[in-house]
Amino acid sequence: MISSTGESKSKLIGRRMFIISAAKAVVVFGILGRLVSLQINESKKYKTLSDKNRFREWKFSPPRGTINDFYGKQIASNKQVYQLHIIPENSENIETLIFRLKNILNLTDKKIFKIRRKIKSQKPWDPVVISDNLTWSEFSRINLFLHELQGAEPVVSVARLYTEPSSAHVIGYVSKASKKDLQNKEYLKDKITTSTRVGKTGLESKLDLQVLGDVGYKRYEVNAYGKRIKEISINPGKAGKSFKTTLDQEVQDLASNLLKDKSGSVCVMDIYKGDIVAMVSSPVFDPNQFVHGINNENWNKLIKHRDKPLINKSIAGLYPPGSTIKSLAVISALENDIFNPKTVIRCNGSIELYGEKFHCWKKKGHGYMDMREGLKQSCDVYFYEVARKLGIDRLSETAKKFGLGEKVLDGFIEERTGVVPNTSWKKKFIGKNWYLGETLHAGIGQGYWQSSPMQLCLMTAQIANGGYKIKPRIILNDEENDKFSDLNQFIEDRKLFADDVVSLYDFISKFRYKSLFRNPENIKFVIDALYGATNEPGGTSYGSRLTKKGFVFAGKTGTSQVKRFTARQRELEIKNEDLPYEDRDHALFVAFAPYKDPRYAISVVIEHGGSGSKSAAPIAKKVIKKVLERHPLRESQSNGEIV
Amino acid sequence: MFKRGSIQSHLNLKDKILAMDFVLLSCIIILGLISFFAMYSTDGGEFAYHTKSHIVRFFVFFLLFFTASFLRTNFWYTTSIPIYIGILILLILVKYFGLTSSGSQRWLDLYFLNLQPSELMKIGLILFLANYYHRISAGDVNRIRFLFKPLVALIIPFILVVTQPDLGTAFLIGVGGFIVIWLAGVKMKYFTYFGLILVSLTPIAISFLKPYQKSRILTFLDPSRDPLGAGYQITQSKIAIGSGGFFGKGFLNGSQSYLDYLPEKHTDFIFTLFSEEFGFFGSSTVLALYVVMTMRIVSIGNMVRDTFSKLYCYTFATAFFVYVAVNMGMVLGLIPIVGAPLPILSYGGSSMMAMMLGLGIAMSCKIHKDQSIN
Repeated sequence: MISSTGESKSKLIGRRMFIISAAKAVVVFGILGRLVSLQINESKKYKTLSDKNRFREWKFSPPRGTINDFYGKQIASNKQVYQLHIIPENSENIETLIFRLKNILNLTDKKIFKIRRKIKSQKPWDPVVISDNLTWSEFSRINLFLHELQGAEPVVSVARLYTEPSSAHVIGYVSKASKKDLQNKEYLKDKITTSTRVGKTGLESKLDLQVLGDVGYKRYEVNAYGKRIKEISINPGKAGKSFKTTLDQEVQDLASNLLKDKSGSVCVMDIYKGDIVAMVSSPVFDPNQFVHGINNENWNKLIKHRDKPLINKSIAGLYPPGSTIKSLAVISALENDIFNPKTVIRCNGSIELYGEKFHCWKKKGHGYMDMREGLKQSCDVYFYEVARKLGIDRLSETAKKFGLGEKVLDGFIEERTGVVPNTSWKKKFIGKNWYLGETLHAGIGQGYWQSSPMQLCLMTAQIANGGYKIKPRIILNDEENDKFSDLNQFIEDRKLFADDVVSLYDFISKFRYKSLFRNPENIKFVIDALYGATNEPGGTSYGSRLTKKGFVFAGKTGTSQVKRFTARQRELEIKNEDLPYEDRDHALFVAFAPYKDPRYAISVVIEHGGSGSKSAAPIAKKVIKKVLERHPLRESQSNGEIV
Repeated sequence: MFKRGSIQSHLNLKDKILAMDFVLLSCIIILGLISFFAMYSTDGGEFAYHTKSHIVRFFVFFLLFFTASFLRTNFWYTTSIPIYIGILILLILVKYFGLTSSGSQRWLDLYFLNLQPSELMKIGLILFLANYYHRISAGDVNRIRFLFKPLVALIIPFILVVTQPDLGTAFLIGVGGFIVIWLAGVKMKYFTYFGLILVSLTPIAISFLKPYQKSRILTFLDPSRDPLGAGYQITQSKIAIGSGGFFGKGFLNGSQSYLDYLPEKHTDFIFTLFSEEFGFFGSSTVLALYVVMTMRIVSIGNMVRDTFSKLYCYTFATAFFVYVAVNMGMVLGLIPIVGAPLPILSYGGSSMMAMMLGLGIAMSCKIHKDQSIN
């Protein structure tokens, strides 16, 4: 009986075991399938993940390339700074650490809040910068307590240093990358580390990509707790490229000193090479403030300052060109055969046209003048007539040819284009038709005109070099130097064959310079008249002339109205100095030097400085003197460099 | 034929050795050797504590395996109930004198070994139930009266282990028990009823749990609740296994384990370490060894005639397979982390002891297949 029940039991057990065995087979295939999928099909993916686990990279920024002046003097360099980083995962208790550091460094609650937010936002092994510029005493205090500050790392690093305040605007400044920077600047993607500063304005912004260099990294094998087990590889990165500029720091300093307590700009340009020797804006600011983050108080001081120190007035300041436009008016009139230079006009101090009275700056009037005298003495009445005959569209065409209304430099984000008015411009931007009266105002550089000091400097340079288009530059590189290897020869030739237009053309073609004239005589006429304006009695800048041989220069003053004089003011003979500061005229002066064989062009703008001859020309005179004195040195330097 | 209760059998030692299943024996030895290498690797390529201790344990319990094999099946049959009760007492002792580690009270300090009675209960319960169903007639199997005793025998240790708390082991004990009951022929409907009762009791059970236990169970059910715990472990384990590729990273070159990305690499995640270093080649070999072992034990079950041996062999084979499948499924990310060791390969004395004992009893069934039980 037992055996029979045993028998039936066995059968039942066997049957049920069969079901279990089948289930087992399914499970075995399930596991095997999973093994195949993980270890064969997807093994590449998991190998990558395993390496990601294994290796951790710490990125660091190489020092920024320096930016130097023409003679190699560092304008933007680097200094050693003491910093404090914390690596959250290395600290036993992050709150205690923050508390201790708060006491040692007197951190504000706001700063603590920012640090906490930063810690939350990134990986626990990525360093958080507590302070990027510790004083020596803070740094030594940290080192003293270091044994009880687990997770804190004192770091000796490098940061940007600006030693030349006079070049603050042209160099610009660096600061922490903002969200906007990260969005807009594609190149920052693989350049950013915790210590990276990006160029915000000026050359720092223009050259950012090259100056940044390539990020270096240290690669470690780490265990699951983030502890570094061994160094796998180290890539030092590539130090940022250093740049040599065309600037002469001595001229910068002089110009900046001359502009002290004034608001304005000085630009100096080589009329052949286009090298910008000086580009100074006043008042200056201290770009070092931005490197480690500017505090609110200083920031407010800067942005609320009457004279807007952050604006680079050389390229971002726009002013009506005033009488400095008259040179172009002459060129335009002569080139278009509108006007005979011998035409004589009588200036009574004003004329009446289209039912409106137009005044000359000289109330008594200039009397009878031809074109040379008109330009030399800057007679407004003469130019009302020139403009009336010429028309605004032809004048604007010439102005554009000579570089007004477009950016002079490449890659300066702050540069502004200005306005060269004409009929279609007014229709488009103001939506009204052009009035003939406006043409007359335009003829003396008032009204809608807006130009930057750099544009006026370029305009002057292109007149002074005989009417050839040049491309201004501020960065030197070897390639372009070759282009100018025959320059001195060219200048010599130019002296010999001054009248031989064909040979000049040949030479110019070498530079691929475009001529801006139909007849070179027209340019010569203006150059001569400008000589008169500075060096002959009655000329507007006669008081600021230089007489020493080789230093004689020629220039044109300009005074641009901020607010038009009312008839009543004119009657009362109110002087510019008596007006409120904001209403005073801007003083302008453009010049080239030396008069014989010119080499440099200059523009000076003093905001609310009154008349060009009184406040702008004297500054230009001093700068010109300096530039010419330094010319032989500059020449030897550039020759040496070519060889 | 034989005297009742006699431990002696008519076979001499030589006969017994020759009657052993050599395939099963070889598999055990090969897995043992593999485990030495794996353990050596977890020790960072040094002949250190875990390796030494594991080798010693393997040999000690390998002797236990031989001893268990050479004892007559009848001995195991007759001592089933005392063994079960003995382990049950140990489990109760754990409640009062047990060592606590990581919030779980599972071990008894026996000076030479920290014994985990719940591991032994895996075998104890199978023995007890196999014995029970051997004794009752086929007709009684499905009588309610006869269902009561096995269910109680299953539930008491289950609850004792669950409350340690050690859900993984409790689950594996329960699985073993249910397999015996299922194989014995209990009707499907009773399993359904039981399941329904279990489901309806769940809310009540939950109300008895302490908050941390609730959280533990919820995490068990949903590992993503605790991403840096169980979820992290699964992810890292998958990375380790997957990155092994076909031939592995090489012995002692498993970066995941070396850099401490693998949790519990000595115990539950030993298969991960092995798979990382030896690749698909190694992992499929180990899987094959376990499958062969299971099949051999099943074939012993096919040979034996008495219900006790049959139930024991089938159940043990299945339970053994489930232990392997649960562990592998867990480290491969197929099922949640439950904390189940891999037989023989994992570090751990009690598990090794239980498996060697279980294998020994199965081998005893093979050796003594022609001797009847009474």
